[in-house]
Amino acid sequence: MENLNSYLIVSAVLFSIGTIGVLTRKNAIVIFMCIELMLNAVNLTFVAFSRYLGNLDGQVFVFFIMTVAAAEAAVGLALFIAFFNNKDSIDVTDANLMKW
Amino acid sequence: METLFFLIISFVAIISAILVVTCKNPINSALSLIMTFFCLATYYVMLDAPFMAAVQVMVYAGAIMVLMVFTIMLLNIRVDASKKHSHKIVFSSIIGFFTFVNLAYVLFKSRVAVPTGPYSADMIKQVGHTELIGKEMFTNFLLPFEITSILLLVAIVGAVILAKKKI
Repeated sequence: MENLNSYLIVSAVLFSIGTIGVLTRKNAIVIFMCIELMLNAVNLTFVAFSRYLGNLDGQVFVFFIMTVAAAEAAVGLALFIAFFNNKDSIDVTDANLMKW
Repeated sequence: METLFFLIISFVAIISAILVVTCKNPINSALSLIMTFFCLATYYVMLDAPFMAAVQVMVYAGAIMVLMVFTIMLLNIRVDASKKHSHKIVFSSIIGFFTFVNLAYVLFKSRVAVPTGPYSADMIKQVGHTELIGKEMFTNFLLPFEITSILLLVAIVGAVILAKKKI
């Protein structure tokens, strides 16, 4: 097993890349994928800490995060399809009905 | 040897994560994301968590990404070359950089408590990771487990209603 810090630094890098992706991209599906990337970075932190502390609670939490991500994917993609049917586009800049 | 392997996996994971953000075509982003998920599954194996690695490959790289690729192909989005694909790159890069600095600072400066739990590497190898996770989940985490089932039910109903022709 590598030491804990190397896993944490990889996780921090992945999370930051996900943040940049959420802020820069316009395509809603790509933004969604970047959110999945951030969730996975957090999962890696959970598993690394859980292994380091000799405690399995973190890994059970990762299991629940995966379940929530699956539910989120199902509902989110259904939302994107409904949005695409209405606007004929998937860009988040086109969702401007309430823009001031 | 293991350090070299770790570095290679980190390199692949970070490069494919950057590709997720920079690729113009969403399909390419999705494939890069699958690559990142496989790298994370490798990390889980290195962290003595083979069950988490299996779930990662099956649920994330399998189910969720297939659903996503399916949606991308179903929507059939035209890749318009004239339209800008991204906005506010400088601003976002600054925010991302500060996020990274913040995370790295907190993670390096914080003191982690000494190992307290009973689950050592030898015990996980002896008993089996899946059995230990199952025991933990069905004793200490029984209520969250049941709540998760309700969440999945709500997600099924929500997805069916949202995907109807007329909302």
